[in-house]
Amino acid sequence: MSPVTFCGLELEHPIINASGTFDAIAARRAFGEQLLERFPFAAFVTKTVTLAPRQGNPPPRLWELPAGLINSIGLPNKGRDGFLAHDLPELAELPVPLIVNVMGFSREEVASLVQTFGERDEVAALELNVSCPNVKTGLIMGADARETAALLDRVRPLTAKPLIVKLTPNASDVPAVALAAQESGASAVSLINTIRGMALDPNTGAPWLGGTTGGVSGPAVRAVALAQVHAVAAAVEIPIVAMGGVQRGRDAHDLIRAGATLVAVGTESFRDPGAAARVANELGELVSPARSGQKLESGASLLIAHKSPCKEP
Amino acid sequence: MGADRVLAPFGRRAVGVTARERHGAYIVLRCSDGGGPRAAPGQFYMLTAGSRWGGGDGERPFLPRAFSVLRAPAGTDELQFLIEDVGPGTNRLCELDAGEELLIVGPLGVGFEPPRDRRLPLLAGGGVGIAPLAIWQDKLGSHTPALLGFRDAAHARGAELLSGPQVATDDGSVGHHGLVTELLARALDADAHVEVYACGPPAMLEAVRALCSERDVPAQLALESGMACGFGACFGCVVPTRDGYVRLCVDGPVLDAAQLETALVAGAGH
Repeated sequence: MSPVTFCGLELEHPIINASGTFDAIAARRAFGEQLLERFPFAAFVTKTVTLAPRQGNPPPRLWELPAGLINSIGLPNKGRDGFLAHDLPELAELPVPLIVNVMGFSREEVASLVQTFGERDEVAALELNVSCPNVKTGLIMGADARETAALLDRVRPLTAKPLIVKLTPNASDVPAVALAAQESGASAVSLINTIRGMALDPNTGAPWLGGTTGGVSGPAVRAVALAQVHAVAAAVEIPIVAMGGVQRGRDAHDLIRAGATLVAVGTESFRDPGAAARVANELGELVSPARSGQKLESGASLLIAHKSPCKEP
Repeated sequence: MGADRVLAPFGRRAVGVTARERHGAYIVLRCSDGGGPRAAPGQFYMLTAGSRWGGGDGERPFLPRAFSVLRAPAGTDELQFLIEDVGPGTNRLCELDAGEELLIVGPLGVGFEPPRDRRLPLLAGGGVGIAPLAIWQDKLGSHTPALLGFRDAAHARGAELLSGPQVATDDGSVGHHGLVTELLARALDADAHVEVYACGPPAMLEAVRALCSERDVPAQLALESGMACGFGACFGCVVPTRDGYVRLCVDGPVLDAAQLETALVAGAGH
Protein backbone atom coordinates (compact mmCIF):
# COMPACT_ATOMS: atom_id res chain seq x y z
CA MET A 1 0.00 0.00 0.00
CA SER A 2 1.41 3.37 -0.90
CA PRO A 3 2.10 6.15 1.60
CA VAL A 4 -0.38 8.96 2.03
CA THR A 5 -0.13 12.52 3.34
CA PHE A 6 -2.85 13.60 5.71
CA CYS A 7 -2.82 17.06 7.28
CA GLY A 8 0.94 17.17 6.94
CA LEU A 9 1.41 13.72 8.48
CA GLU A 10 3.22 11.17 6.35
CA LEU A 11 1.42 7.85 6.84
CA GLU A 12 2.51 4.47 5.53
CA HIS A 13 -0.97 3.64 4.26
CA PRO A 14 -4.49 5.08 4.58
CA ILE A 15 -5.84 2.72 7.26
CA ILE A 16 -6.12 3.86 10.87
CA ASN A 17 -8.33 2.83 13.81
CA ALA A 18 -11.62 4.36 14.84
CA SER A 19 -11.43 5.96 18.28
CA GLY A 20 -12.49 3.63 21.06
CA THR A 21 -12.15 0.42 19.11
CA PHE A 22 -8.56 -0.54 19.94
CA ASP A 23 -6.69 -0.12 23.21
CA ALA A 24 -3.03 -0.38 22.24
CA ILE A 25 -1.93 -0.60 25.87
CA ALA A 26 -4.25 -3.51 26.71
CA ALA A 27 -3.44 -5.18 23.38
CA ARG A 28 0.26 -5.02 24.21
CA ARG A 29 -0.50 -6.86 27.47
CA ALA A 30 -2.27 -9.60 25.50
CA PHE A 31 0.03 -9.88 22.46
CA GLY A 32 3.35 -8.52 23.72
CA GLU A 33 5.93 -6.77 21.54
CA GLN A 34 4.56 -8.47 18.42
CA LEU A 35 1.87 -5.81 18.48
CA LEU A 36 4.46 -3.09 17.85
CA GLU A 37 6.33 -5.12 15.23
CA ARG A 38 3.15 -5.76 13.28
CA PHE A 39 1.19 -2.65 14.21
CA PRO A 40 -1.84 -2.68 11.91
CA PHE A 41 -2.69 1.04 11.82
CA ALA A 42 -0.86 3.86 10.01
CA ALA A 43 -1.77 6.25 12.84
CA PHE A 44 -3.26 5.50 16.23
CA VAL A 45 -6.34 7.29 17.56
CA THR A 46 -6.86 7.10 21.32
CA LYS A 47 -10.09 6.42 23.13
CA THR A 48 -11.85 9.64 24.06
CA VAL A 49 -10.11 11.56 26.86
CA THR A 50 -12.24 13.82 29.06
CA LEU A 51 -11.13 16.37 31.64
CA ALA A 52 -12.28 14.31 34.65
CA PRO A 53 -11.95 10.52 34.96
CA ARG A 54 -15.01 8.49 33.94
CA GLN A 55 -16.01 4.95 35.01
CA GLY A 56 -18.25 4.47 32.02
CA ASN A 57 -21.75 3.03 31.91
CA PRO A 58 -22.97 0.15 34.07
CA PRO A 59 -23.02 -3.23 32.33
CA PRO A 60 -24.40 -4.77 30.21
CA ARG A 61 -22.62 -2.69 27.61
CA LEU A 62 -22.96 -4.81 24.48
CA TRP A 63 -25.70 -6.26 22.31
CA GLU A 64 -24.87 -8.32 19.25
CA LEU A 65 -26.76 -7.63 16.02
CA PRO A 66 -27.04 -9.70 12.84
CA ALA A 67 -24.33 -7.52 11.26
CA GLY A 68 -22.75 -5.52 14.02
CA LEU A 69 -23.32 -4.55 17.59
CA ILE A 70 -24.70 -1.87 19.87
CA ASN A 71 -22.36 -0.58 22.52
CA SER A 72 -23.05 1.63 25.50
CA ILE A 73 -19.57 1.93 26.94
CA GLY A 74 -19.89 5.49 28.21
CA LEU A 75 -16.35 6.75 27.49
CA PRO A 76 -14.49 5.30 30.48
CA ASN A 77 -11.06 6.95 30.76
CA LYS A 78 -8.56 8.10 33.32
CA GLY A 79 -9.21 11.78 32.70
CA ARG A 80 -6.69 14.25 31.36
CA ASP A 81 -4.22 14.01 34.22
CA GLY A 82 -4.41 10.21 34.43
CA PHE A 83 -3.96 9.97 30.68
CA LEU A 84 -0.90 12.23 30.77
CA ALA A 85 0.64 10.31 33.67
CA HIS A 86 -0.11 6.73 32.64
CA ASP A 87 -1.25 6.37 29.04
CA LEU A 88 0.62 8.98 27.03
CA PRO A 89 4.12 7.64 27.83
CA GLU A 90 3.08 4.14 26.69
CA LEU A 91 1.26 5.39 23.59
CA ALA A 92 4.32 7.44 22.63
CA GLU A 93 6.14 4.11 22.14
CA LEU A 94 3.84 3.14 19.26
CA PRO A 95 5.56 3.12 15.86
CA VAL A 96 3.00 5.48 14.26
CA PRO A 97 1.74 9.07 14.77
CA LEU A 98 -0.59 9.54 17.73
CA ILE A 99 -3.97 11.26 17.42
CA VAL A 100 -5.61 12.09 20.74
CA ASN A 101 -9.41 12.13 20.78
CA VAL A 102 -10.91 14.56 23.30
CA MET A 103 -14.40 15.44 24.49
CA GLY A 104 -15.69 18.12 26.83
CA PHE A 105 -19.07 19.04 28.25
CA SER A 106 -18.55 22.72 27.48
CA ARG A 107 -16.42 24.75 25.09
CA GLU A 108 -14.13 25.65 27.96
CA GLU A 109 -13.53 21.99 28.79
CA VAL A 110 -12.68 21.21 25.17
CA ALA A 111 -10.44 24.27 25.06
CA SER A 112 -8.58 23.12 28.13
CA LEU A 113 -7.99 19.66 26.59
CA VAL A 114 -6.93 21.09 23.23
CA GLN A 115 -4.54 23.45 24.98
CA THR A 116 -2.98 20.62 27.00
CA PHE A 117 -2.52 18.13 24.19
CA GLY A 118 -1.67 20.79 21.62
CA GLU A 119 1.51 21.44 23.58
CA ARG A 120 2.66 17.81 23.69
CA ASP A 121 5.32 16.68 21.23
CA GLU A 122 4.04 13.08 21.48
CA VAL A 123 0.74 14.17 19.92
CA ALA A 124 0.58 14.54 16.14
CA ALA A 125 -3.04 15.64 15.87
CA LEU A 126 -6.25 16.04 17.85
CA GLU A 127 -9.67 14.65 17.14
CA LEU A 128 -12.68 16.39 18.68
CA ASN A 129 -15.53 14.12 19.75
CA VAL A 130 -18.51 16.45 19.36
CA SER A 131 -21.18 13.80 19.96
CA CYS A 132 -21.96 15.05 23.44
CA PRO A 133 -24.19 17.78 24.79
CA ASN A 134 -22.86 21.21 25.68
CA VAL A 135 -24.20 21.46 29.23
CA LYS A 136 -24.42 25.23 28.84
CA THR A 137 -26.64 25.22 25.74
CA GLY A 138 -28.16 21.73 25.96
CA LEU A 139 -27.32 21.11 22.32
CA ILE A 140 -25.22 18.24 21.01
CA MET A 141 -22.16 20.17 19.82
CA GLY A 142 -21.81 18.25 16.58
CA ALA A 143 -25.52 18.09 15.78
CA ASP A 144 -25.80 21.81 15.15
CA ALA A 145 -23.74 23.85 12.69
CA ARG A 146 -23.64 26.98 14.87
CA GLU A 147 -22.55 25.02 17.94
CA THR A 148 -19.81 23.36 15.93
CA ALA A 149 -18.64 26.70 14.53
CA ALA A 150 -18.63 28.28 18.00
CA LEU A 151 -16.58 25.39 19.36
CA LEU A 152 -14.02 25.60 16.56
CA ASP A 153 -13.84 29.39 16.91
CA ARG A 154 -12.92 28.86 20.56
CA VAL A 155 -10.35 26.05 20.19
CA ARG A 156 -8.79 26.59 16.75
CA PRO A 157 -6.45 29.40 17.88
CA LEU A 158 -5.09 27.24 20.72
CA THR A 159 -2.94 24.88 18.67
CA ALA A 160 -1.17 24.64 15.37
CA LYS A 161 -1.70 20.87 15.30
CA PRO A 162 -4.30 19.40 12.96
CA LEU A 163 -7.80 19.39 14.44
CA ILE A 164 -10.08 16.65 13.16
CA VAL A 165 -13.79 17.00 13.91
CA LYS A 166 -15.49 13.63 14.46
CA LEU A 167 -18.98 14.14 13.09
CA THR A 168 -22.02 12.48 14.59
CA PRO A 169 -24.45 10.80 12.18
CA ASN A 170 -27.26 11.62 14.61
CA ALA A 171 -27.69 15.07 13.08
CA SER A 172 -30.25 16.33 10.60
CA ASP A 173 -27.75 17.98 8.25
CA VAL A 174 -24.29 16.42 8.55
CA PRO A 175 -22.78 18.23 5.51
CA ALA A 176 -23.82 21.59 7.02
CA VAL A 177 -22.02 20.70 10.25
CA ALA A 178 -18.96 19.61 8.26
CA LEU A 179 -18.99 22.86 6.33
CA ALA A 180 -19.29 24.88 9.55
CA ALA A 181 -16.29 22.97 10.93
CA GLN A 182 -14.29 23.74 7.81
CA GLU A 183 -15.24 27.42 7.82
CA SER A 184 -14.11 27.71 11.43
CA GLY A 185 -10.75 26.16 10.74
CA ALA A 186 -11.09 22.40 11.18
CA SER A 187 -8.22 20.59 9.46
CA ALA A 188 -10.27 17.51 8.61
CA VAL A 189 -13.50 15.76 9.47
CA SER A 190 -14.01 12.13 10.44
CA LEU A 191 -17.26 10.19 10.10
CA ILE A 192 -19.34 8.36 10.96
CA ASN A 193 -19.59 7.97 14.70
CA THR A 194 -22.03 5.27 15.85
CA ILE A 195 -25.73 5.59 15.15
CA ARG A 196 -28.03 5.60 18.16
CA GLY A 197 -29.84 2.33 18.74
CA MET A 198 -31.28 0.17 21.48
CA ALA A 199 -32.25 -3.37 22.42
CA LEU A 200 -34.76 -4.77 24.91
CA ASP A 201 -34.14 -7.62 27.30
CA PRO A 202 -36.11 -10.48 25.68
CA ASN A 203 -37.31 -11.67 29.10
CA THR A 204 -38.33 -8.44 30.79
CA GLY A 205 -38.85 -5.98 27.94
CA ALA A 206 -36.69 -3.44 29.78
CA PRO A 207 -33.76 -1.76 28.00
CA TRP A 208 -30.90 -4.28 27.83
CA LEU A 209 -28.02 -1.83 27.87
CA GLY A 210 -26.89 -0.19 31.09
CA GLY A 211 -26.93 3.15 29.28
CA THR A 212 -30.48 2.52 27.92
CA THR A 213 -29.43 3.35 24.35
CA GLY A 214 -26.10 2.77 22.63
CA GLY A 215 -24.27 3.22 19.37
CA VAL A 216 -24.69 0.87 16.42
CA SER A 217 -21.53 -0.07 14.54
CA GLY A 218 -20.30 -2.75 12.16
CA PRO A 219 -21.37 -3.72 8.65
CA ALA A 220 -24.94 -2.77 9.59
CA VAL A 221 -23.99 0.92 9.22
CA ARG A 222 -21.71 0.65 6.17
CA ALA A 223 -24.22 1.98 3.64
CA VAL A 224 -25.15 4.87 5.93
CA ALA A 225 -21.47 5.77 6.27
CA LEU A 226 -20.93 5.69 2.54
CA ALA A 227 -23.88 8.02 1.92
CA GLN A 228 -22.77 10.47 4.60
CA VAL A 229 -19.14 10.49 3.43
CA HIS A 230 -20.32 11.06 -0.12
CA ALA A 231 -22.52 13.98 0.97
CA VAL A 232 -19.85 15.54 3.17
CA ALA A 233 -17.23 15.21 0.41
CA ALA A 234 -19.48 17.27 -1.83
CA ALA A 235 -19.70 19.99 0.81
CA VAL A 236 -16.13 20.42 2.05
CA GLU A 237 -12.59 20.72 0.73
CA ILE A 238 -10.76 19.51 3.85
CA PRO A 239 -9.70 15.85 4.04
CA ILE A 240 -12.09 13.18 5.29
CA VAL A 241 -11.40 10.21 7.55
CA ALA A 242 -14.16 7.75 6.71
CA MET A 243 -15.38 4.84 8.79
CA GLY A 244 -18.39 2.64 9.27
CA GLY A 245 -18.53 -1.13 8.87
CA VAL A 246 -15.25 -1.53 7.03
CA GLN A 247 -14.39 -5.24 6.86
CA ARG A 248 -12.53 -5.60 3.56
CA GLY A 249 -10.31 -3.62 1.24
CA ARG A 250 -13.32 -3.17 -1.01
CA ASP A 251 -15.22 -1.32 1.72
CA ALA A 252 -12.25 1.02 2.28
CA HIS A 253 -11.96 1.48 -1.47
CA ASP A 254 -15.61 2.50 -1.69
CA LEU A 255 -15.12 5.15 1.00
CA ILE A 256 -12.03 6.50 -0.77
CA ARG A 257 -13.96 6.64 -4.02
CA ALA A 258 -16.66 8.56 -2.17
CA GLY A 259 -14.07 11.15 -1.17
CA ALA A 260 -12.14 9.92 1.87
CA THR A 261 -8.38 10.36 2.32
CA LEU A 262 -8.07 7.94 5.25
CA VAL A 263 -10.28 5.04 6.27
CA ALA A 264 -10.68 3.77 9.84
CA VAL A 265 -11.34 0.20 10.89
CA GLY A 266 -13.37 -0.19 14.09
CA THR A 267 -15.67 -3.05 14.95
CA GLU A 268 -13.87 -5.47 12.63
CA SER A 269 -10.83 -5.26 14.93
CA PHE A 270 -13.00 -6.86 17.64
CA ARG A 271 -13.39 -9.94 15.43
CA ASP A 272 -9.77 -10.01 14.34
CA PRO A 273 -7.20 -7.77 16.05
CA GLY A 274 -5.11 -7.81 12.87
CA ALA A 275 -8.01 -6.96 10.55
CA ALA A 276 -6.70 -3.47 9.68
CA ALA A 277 -3.48 -4.87 8.22
CA ARG A 278 -5.51 -7.19 6.01
CA VAL A 279 -7.77 -4.32 4.92
CA ALA A 280 -4.69 -2.21 4.05
CA ASN A 281 -3.25 -5.05 1.97
CA GLU A 282 -6.52 -5.69 0.16
CA LEU A 283 -6.89 -1.97 -0.53
CA GLY A 284 -3.34 -1.89 -1.89
CA GLU A 285 -4.27 -4.63 -4.35
CA LEU A 286 -7.34 -2.70 -5.47
CA VAL A 287 -5.54 0.58 -6.09
CA SER A 288 -2.29 -0.83 -7.52
CA PRO A 289 -1.43 0.87 -10.85
CA ALA A 290 -1.66 -2.45 -12.71
CA ARG A 291 -5.31 -2.75 -11.87
CA SER A 292 -6.46 0.83 -11.64
CA GLY A 293 -6.86 1.15 -15.41
CA GLN A 294 -9.61 -1.45 -15.51
CA LYS A 295 -11.09 -1.21 -12.07
CA LEU A 296 -11.11 2.43 -11.21
CA GLU A 297 -12.50 4.16 -14.24
CA SER A 298 -15.10 6.14 -12.36
CA GLY A 299 -13.14 6.29 -9.14
CA ALA A 300 -9.79 7.21 -10.61
CA SER A 301 -10.69 10.83 -10.99
CA LEU A 302 -11.72 10.96 -7.36
CA LEU A 303 -8.45 9.37 -6.31
CA ILE A 304 -6.37 11.80 -8.32
CA ALA A 305 -8.40 14.93 -7.64
CA HIS A 306 -7.93 14.48 -3.95
CA LYS A 307 -8.86 16.92 -1.31
CA SER A 308 -6.78 20.04 -1.00
CA PRO A 309 -4.03 19.94 1.62
CA CYS A 310 -4.93 20.72 5.17
CA LYS A 311 -6.01 24.17 6.04
CA GLU A 312 -3.53 25.82 8.36
CA PRO A 313 -4.84 27.76 11.32
CA MET B 1 -2.49 -11.33 41.69
CA GLY B 2 0.52 -12.33 39.62
CA ALA B 3 -1.34 -15.08 37.82
CA ASP B 4 -0.21 -16.81 34.69
CA ARG B 5 -0.60 -14.89 31.43
CA VAL B 6 0.73 -16.64 28.34
CA LEU B 7 0.93 -14.10 25.49
CA ALA B 8 -1.11 -14.69 22.35
CA PRO B 9 0.29 -14.44 18.82
CA PHE B 10 -1.01 -11.16 17.35
CA GLY B 11 -4.08 -11.52 15.17
CA ARG B 12 -6.59 -14.21 14.39
CA ARG B 13 -5.36 -17.54 13.05
CA ALA B 14 -6.99 -20.53 11.40
CA VAL B 15 -6.69 -23.95 13.03
CA GLY B 16 -8.08 -27.28 11.91
CA VAL B 17 -10.74 -29.08 13.90
CA THR B 18 -9.44 -32.61 14.50
CA ALA B 19 -12.35 -34.14 16.38
CA ARG B 20 -15.81 -33.48 17.71
CA GLU B 21 -16.95 -35.60 20.63
CA ARG B 22 -20.30 -35.64 22.32
CA HIS B 23 -20.48 -35.89 26.11
CA GLY B 24 -24.21 -35.84 26.87
CA ALA B 25 -25.39 -32.25 26.47
CA TYR B 26 -21.90 -31.03 25.59
CA ILE B 27 -19.55 -31.09 22.64
CA VAL B 28 -15.81 -31.26 23.05
CA LEU B 29 -14.12 -29.66 20.07
CA ARG B 30 -10.50 -30.64 19.53
CA CYS B 31 -8.28 -28.63 17.24
CA SER B 32 -4.63 -28.54 16.26
CA ASP B 33 -2.95 -25.22 17.02
CA GLY B 34 0.58 -25.60 15.67
CA GLY B 35 1.12 -21.83 15.62
CA GLY B 36 0.22 -21.04 19.19
CA PRO B 37 1.74 -21.36 22.65
CA ARG B 38 0.32 -23.61 25.36
CA ALA B 39 -2.39 -21.83 27.31
CA ALA B 40 -2.20 -21.45 31.09
CA PRO B 41 -5.12 -22.94 33.05
CA GLY B 42 -7.97 -20.42 33.21
CA GLN B 43 -7.00 -18.58 30.03
CA PHE B 44 -9.46 -18.37 27.17
CA TYR B 45 -9.72 -18.06 23.38
CA MET B 46 -12.08 -16.17 21.08
CA LEU B 47 -13.61 -18.66 18.62
CA THR B 48 -15.22 -18.12 15.22
CA ALA B 49 -16.29 -20.83 12.78
CA GLY B 50 -14.18 -20.62 9.61
CA SER B 51 -17.29 -20.56 7.45
CA ARG B 52 -20.98 -19.74 7.84
CA TRP B 53 -20.44 -17.47 10.83
CA GLY B 54 -23.44 -15.21 10.32
CA GLY B 55 -23.90 -13.65 6.94
CA GLY B 56 -25.81 -16.60 5.52
CA ASP B 57 -29.34 -15.65 6.45
CA GLY B 58 -28.21 -12.26 7.66
CA GLU B 59 -28.54 -13.48 11.23
CA ARG B 60 -26.22 -13.74 14.20
CA PRO B 61 -23.52 -14.71 15.13
CA PHE B 62 -21.41 -11.70 14.22
CA LEU B 63 -18.87 -11.55 17.03
CA PRO B 64 -16.47 -14.31 18.10
CA ARG B 65 -17.31 -16.25 21.26
CA ALA B 66 -15.08 -16.53 24.33
CA PHE B 67 -14.28 -20.01 25.69
CA SER B 68 -11.97 -21.04 28.49
CA VAL B 69 -9.63 -23.72 27.30
CA LEU B 70 -10.80 -27.17 28.51
CA ARG B 71 -7.46 -28.88 27.93
CA ALA B 72 -4.15 -28.15 26.22
CA PRO B 73 -2.33 -31.48 26.66
CA ALA B 74 1.41 -31.05 27.24
CA GLY B 75 3.66 -32.23 24.42
CA THR B 76 0.92 -31.76 21.80
CA ASP B 77 -0.41 -28.82 19.81
CA GLU B 78 -3.98 -29.76 20.70
CA LEU B 79 -6.53 -27.37 22.20
CA GLN B 80 -9.88 -28.57 23.52
CA PHE B 81 -13.00 -26.50 24.12
CA LEU B 82 -16.24 -27.46 25.88
CA ILE B 83 -19.32 -26.14 24.16
CA GLU B 84 -23.03 -26.31 24.92
CA ASP B 85 -25.49 -25.37 22.19
CA VAL B 86 -27.39 -22.51 23.78
CA GLY B 87 -27.49 -19.80 21.08
CA PRO B 88 -26.56 -18.94 17.52
CA GLY B 89 -22.78 -18.86 18.14
CA THR B 90 -22.53 -22.06 20.16
CA ASN B 91 -24.96 -23.72 17.76
CA ARG B 92 -22.62 -23.12 14.83
CA LEU B 93 -19.53 -24.12 16.82
CA CYS B 94 -21.24 -27.38 17.84
CA GLU B 95 -21.74 -28.23 14.16
CA LEU B 96 -18.03 -28.10 13.36
CA ASP B 97 -16.45 -31.43 12.63
CA ALA B 98 -13.05 -32.85 11.84
CA GLY B 99 -11.50 -31.19 8.80
CA GLU B 100 -13.33 -27.89 9.23
CA GLU B 101 -11.71 -24.60 10.11
CA LEU B 102 -11.88 -22.68 13.35
CA LEU B 103 -10.53 -19.11 13.66
CA ILE B 104 -8.99 -18.37 17.03
CA VAL B 105 -7.40 -15.51 18.96
CA GLY B 106 -5.56 -16.51 22.11
CA PRO B 107 -4.61 -17.55 24.67
CA LEU B 108 -6.04 -14.46 26.36
CA GLY B 109 -6.51 -13.17 29.88
CA VAL B 110 -5.02 -14.33 33.15
CA GLY B 111 -5.62 -17.76 34.62
CA PHE B 112 -5.52 -19.41 38.03
CA GLU B 113 -2.80 -18.90 40.60
CA PRO B 114 -1.51 -21.70 42.84
CA PRO B 115 -3.02 -21.93 46.33
CA ARG B 116 -1.75 -19.59 49.05
CA ASP B 117 -0.40 -20.65 52.47
CA ARG B 118 0.02 -24.31 51.57
CA ARG B 119 -3.73 -24.66 51.26
CA LEU B 120 -5.09 -27.59 49.29
CA PRO B 121 -6.93 -26.77 46.08
CA LEU B 122 -10.64 -27.57 45.84
CA LEU B 123 -12.45 -27.27 42.51
CA ALA B 124 -16.13 -26.32 42.20
CA GLY B 125 -17.79 -26.19 38.80
CA GLY B 126 -21.28 -25.71 37.40
CA GLY B 127 -22.45 -26.73 33.94
CA VAL B 128 -20.23 -25.73 31.05
CA GLY B 129 -18.16 -23.83 33.63
CA ILE B 130 -16.33 -27.04 34.48
CA ALA B 131 -14.05 -26.38 31.45
CA PRO B 132 -11.22 -24.37 33.05
CA LEU B 133 -11.24 -26.72 36.05
CA ALA B 134 -10.26 -29.67 33.84
CA ILE B 135 -7.02 -28.05 32.61
CA TRP B 136 -6.34 -26.82 36.14
CA GLN B 137 -6.81 -30.34 37.54
CA ASP B 138 -4.44 -31.62 34.82
CA LYS B 139 -1.81 -29.27 36.24
CA LEU B 140 -2.56 -29.71 39.95
CA GLY B 141 -2.87 -33.49 39.75
CA SER B 142 -5.74 -35.88 39.23
CA HIS B 143 -6.14 -36.36 43.01
CA THR B 144 -7.39 -32.74 43.30
CA PRO B 145 -10.97 -32.94 44.56
CA ALA B 146 -13.68 -31.59 42.25
CA LEU B 147 -17.32 -30.84 43.06
CA LEU B 148 -19.47 -30.48 39.95
CA GLY B 149 -23.08 -29.44 39.58
CA PHE B 150 -25.36 -30.02 36.60
CA ARG B 151 -28.98 -29.61 35.62
CA ASP B 152 -29.73 -33.23 34.76
CA ALA B 153 -28.24 -36.55 33.68
CA ALA B 154 -27.44 -35.42 30.12
CA HIS B 155 -25.41 -32.49 31.42
CA ALA B 156 -23.85 -34.57 34.19
CA ARG B 157 -22.05 -36.53 31.46
CA GLY B 158 -19.65 -33.57 31.52
CA ALA B 159 -18.35 -34.95 34.81
CA GLU B 160 -16.44 -37.61 32.87
CA LEU B 161 -14.04 -34.85 31.75
CA LEU B 162 -12.54 -34.51 35.25
CA SER B 163 -10.96 -37.11 37.53
CA GLY B 164 -12.96 -38.48 40.46
CA PRO B 165 -15.53 -35.71 40.82
CA GLN B 166 -18.44 -35.58 43.29
CA VAL B 167 -21.54 -34.73 41.31
CA ALA B 168 -24.75 -32.92 42.20
CA THR B 169 -27.77 -32.54 39.92
CA ASP B 170 -30.75 -30.24 40.18
CA ASP B 171 -33.15 -33.12 39.42
CA GLY B 172 -31.34 -35.74 41.50
CA SER B 173 -30.80 -38.02 38.52
CA VAL B 174 -27.08 -38.32 39.25
CA GLY B 175 -25.26 -37.96 42.58
CA HIS B 176 -26.41 -35.51 45.24
CA HIS B 177 -29.92 -34.16 44.69
CA GLY B 178 -29.35 -30.44 45.01
CA LEU B 179 -26.80 -27.75 44.47
CA VAL B 180 -23.05 -28.11 44.11
CA THR B 181 -22.69 -25.36 46.69
CA GLU B 182 -24.27 -27.72 49.25
CA LEU B 183 -21.41 -30.14 48.55
CA LEU B 184 -18.99 -27.24 48.88
CA ALA B 185 -20.44 -26.16 52.26
CA ARG B 186 -20.00 -29.71 53.56
CA ALA B 187 -16.42 -29.88 52.26
CA LEU B 188 -15.54 -26.54 53.85
CA ASP B 189 -17.11 -27.59 57.16
CA ALA B 190 -14.86 -30.67 57.11
CA ASP B 191 -11.69 -28.80 56.14
CA ALA B 192 -11.45 -25.08 55.59
CA HIS B 193 -7.70 -24.99 54.93
CA VAL B 194 -8.31 -25.01 51.19
CA GLU B 195 -8.34 -22.57 48.31
CA VAL B 196 -11.45 -22.81 46.16
CA TYR B 197 -11.34 -22.55 42.36
CA ALA B 198 -14.77 -22.06 40.85
CA CYS B 199 -16.41 -21.51 37.50
CA GLY B 200 -20.09 -21.69 36.67
CA PRO B 201 -23.26 -19.63 36.30
CA PRO B 202 -23.41 -16.27 38.12
CA ALA B 203 -25.78 -17.47 40.86
CA MET B 204 -23.50 -20.41 41.66
CA LEU B 205 -20.38 -18.22 41.70
CA GLU B 206 -22.09 -15.76 44.00
CA ALA B 207 -23.02 -18.60 46.38
CA VAL B 208 -19.41 -19.85 46.28
CA ARG B 209 -18.14 -16.33 46.95
CA ALA B 210 -20.49 -15.89 49.93
CA LEU B 211 -19.66 -19.33 51.41
CA CYS B 212 -15.94 -18.71 51.15
CA SER B 213 -16.18 -15.16 52.43
CA GLU B 214 -18.11 -16.28 55.56
CA ARG B 215 -15.41 -18.83 56.34
CA ASP B 216 -12.39 -16.72 55.35
CA VAL B 217 -11.49 -19.24 52.67
CA PRO B 218 -9.68 -17.73 49.66
CA ALA B 219 -11.32 -18.34 46.30
CA GLN B 220 -10.49 -17.67 42.68
CA LEU B 221 -13.49 -17.30 40.41
CA ALA B 222 -13.44 -17.65 36.63
CA LEU B 223 -16.22 -15.29 35.52
CA GLU B 224 -18.09 -14.77 32.29
CA SER B 225 -19.35 -11.59 30.72
CA GLY B 226 -20.56 -10.61 27.26
CA MET B 227 -17.36 -9.93 25.35
CA ALA B 228 -16.85 -8.53 21.83
CA CYS B 229 -13.07 -8.66 21.38
CA GLY B 230 -11.25 -10.50 24.20
CA PHE B 231 -8.16 -8.26 24.23
CA GLY B 232 -9.24 -5.07 25.95
CA ALA B 233 -10.38 -3.10 22.92
CA CYS B 234 -14.14 -2.83 23.34
CA PHE B 235 -14.52 -2.17 27.10
CA GLY B 236 -17.74 -4.19 26.90
CA CYS B 237 -16.98 -6.96 29.40
CA VAL B 238 -16.50 -4.92 32.55
CA VAL B 239 -17.55 -6.30 35.93
CA PRO B 240 -17.84 -4.23 39.08
CA THR B 241 -15.12 -4.85 41.70
CA ARG B 242 -14.18 -3.11 44.94
CA ASP B 243 -11.76 -1.05 42.81
CA GLY B 244 -14.34 -0.07 40.19
CA TYR B 245 -14.99 -1.70 36.83
CA VAL B 246 -12.37 -4.07 35.45
CA ARG B 247 -12.26 -5.58 31.99
CA LEU B 248 -12.72 -9.32 32.43
CA CYS B 249 -10.75 -10.07 29.25
CA VAL B 250 -7.47 -8.46 30.30
CA ASP B 251 -7.78 -8.32 34.10
CA GLY B 252 -9.59 -11.69 34.31
CA PRO B 253 -11.35 -13.94 33.54
CA VAL B 254 -10.06 -15.31 36.86
CA LEU B 255 -10.59 -12.82 39.69
CA ASP B 256 -9.85 -13.17 43.38
CA ALA B 257 -13.21 -13.47 45.13
CA ALA B 258 -12.05 -10.85 47.66
CA GLN B 259 -12.07 -8.27 44.85
CA LEU B 260 -15.81 -8.74 44.35
CA GLU B 261 -18.80 -7.55 46.29
CA THR B 262 -20.90 -9.84 44.15
CA ALA B 263 -20.31 -12.38 41.42
CA LEU B 264 -23.75 -11.71 39.96
CA VAL B 265 -22.59 -10.13 36.72
CA ALA B 266 -25.22 -8.36 34.65
CA GLY B 267 -26.00 -9.55 31.15
CA ALA B 268 -23.59 -12.39 30.46
CA GLY B 269 -24.43 -12.79 26.78
CA HIS B 270 -27.85 -12.93 25.17
